[in-house]
Amino acid sequence: MRPAFLRSLVELAERDERINLVVGDLGFGLVEPFMEKYPGRFLNIGVAEQNLIAVSTGMAMCGKVVFAYSIANFPTLRCLEQIRNDICHHEASVIVVSVGCGFNYGTLGVTHHATEDIALMRALPGMTVVAPGDPVEAALATRALAGQTRPAYLRLGKAGEPRVHQSDAPAFELGKAISVRKGSDVTLIATGTMLYDSVRAAERLAEQGIEARVLSMHTIKPLDADAVLSAARETRAIMTVEEHSVIGGLGSAVAETLAESSEARVPFKRLGIPSVFTREVGNQDHLKNFYSLSVDGILQNVPALLATAGVHS
Amino acid sequence: MGSSFSTVEVLAAIYGKVLRLDPAHPGDPNRDRFVLSKGHGCAALYAALAERGFFPKSWLDGFYQNGAKLASHATHWGVPGVEASTGSLGHGLALACGMALVGKRDLRPYRVFTLLSDGECDEGSTWEAALFAPFHRLDNLVAIVDYNKIQSLGRVKDVLDLEPFGAKWKAFGWAVREIDGHDLGEVLPALVSVPFEKARPSCIIAHTVKGKGVSFMEDKLLWHYRPPNDEEFEKALAELEAAA
Repeated sequence: MRPAFLRSLVELAERDERINLVVGDLGFGLVEPFMEKYPGRFLNIGVAEQNLIAVSTGMAMCGKVVFAYSIANFPTLRCLEQIRNDICHHEASVIVVSVGCGFNYGTLGVTHHATEDIALMRALPGMTVVAPGDPVEAALATRALAGQTRPAYLRLGKAGEPRVHQSDAPAFELGKAISVRKGSDVTLIATGTMLYDSVRAAERLAEQGIEARVLSMHTIKPLDADAVLSAARETRAIMTVEEHSVIGGLGSAVAETLAESSEARVPFKRLGIPSVFTREVGNQDHLKNFYSLSVDGILQNVPALLATAGVHS
Repeated sequence: MGSSFSTVEVLAAIYGKVLRLDPAHPGDPNRDRFVLSKGHGCAALYAALAERGFFPKSWLDGFYQNGAKLASHATHWGVPGVEASTGSLGHGLALACGMALVGKRDLRPYRVFTLLSDGECDEGSTWEAALFAPFHRLDNLVAIVDYNKIQSLGRVKDVLDLEPFGAKWKAFGWAVREIDGHDLGEVLPALVSVPFEKARPSCIIAHTVKGKGVSFMEDKLLWHYRPPNDEEFEKALAELEAAA
């Protein structure tokens, strides 16, 4: 997703002179094409994330569209108040970009696990929160966020994620889920790095006679409530799947929508990371498997969920 | 009120004689910018903005009142002339750095002034920005520190001493000048001679007195917090008017 983001940004910068890239001393092997092509619109702020966000905001206040880039929790938690007071309150055109979310930097340990970022960003007024599900969505999200020139958070994986969308241009609109697979037994609502696993799991479920709808909920805020409620009406259960804490992320957003709906009563489960600091050591796959955030984990959870709907699979 | 009274002469000079701006066109991209980093001192800023014609002076009567226009930390929404909302300390200098950087890169004529409290020089974010500005040669940036020597819970030298203060800014690469922040004979010449050095941001350390101008407020921590009661208000007003 990282390379797709950067390629998209370089293309956008060609057409839109307002676009700047500000990094917090990270992006080695990635940002060089932008840096070389647009040296006057690139800035390495140093290891200073509060400054990263506030300086980016000051630039936005003077007409720039700024992508403020770092990894994991550094551009979000470290400078949360700058994001709230500076970017969001001023409705500044700053897009905070974090690479390597969830367990992407698994072996680097808990400091590098971005597992509460969606919850925090989602709580901020005026913030758009986007977690693309594959490189194609990452490129499209970059373009869409550059175009809306409002506060946004772009949560990316790293590099080498498999493509989910075969087309380079699936219908992508901020705030609108993409239906990746049709199905009427259960709906898997996935965001970010869990989209691919969800699609694979749906294929395996089909072999067992369970037809799973898969929604790519790339935009967590504003949430596509229509897609959630349609799933509640048209399928027998809903499971959210995210590489993020079960508190405050996609699962919470969907739960809020379901709980306040008078029409939808449907068995529901949040598959995500429990609210713990992991003591397990391992890479992304290892940690995802550890917390059932995998094809197998989804396969294990879906029949039990459907059973509560009174459907035996 | 104490935090506002220590800044009055600096703000009067900035809005009266220094900033190149037109209240009729508050969004002019080439206007000079002023960011009140010490957002809690906004009563003085609002008075200066009203005096300069950004909004009617009648708005000041509602300061701090339910349903009125002016809150007690600087707020840009609905208040013409306020560049940035502040109130949490340690944000303003970095915002000003971003504005100044764009000015430099785009060869625009504007300057950016920001007014900090001494207390917010405890914030690490202030020093992130202090490190940034000289490195990027932002000589269109002016940081003024209202050094009234009292912060929220005590005297600066007792809470977390900033001295040698001027030397710190100098070591970070700023061109520094120290002035009596209540003597317009020192305030104005300093403000109109920025940048003090080419290719360096300017830092003005304004030695001031918290609560300046009202005898019973001067240099008293209490007046970081308390609004005057009716009797104190009349007394304060009488003193200020007698001195005017």
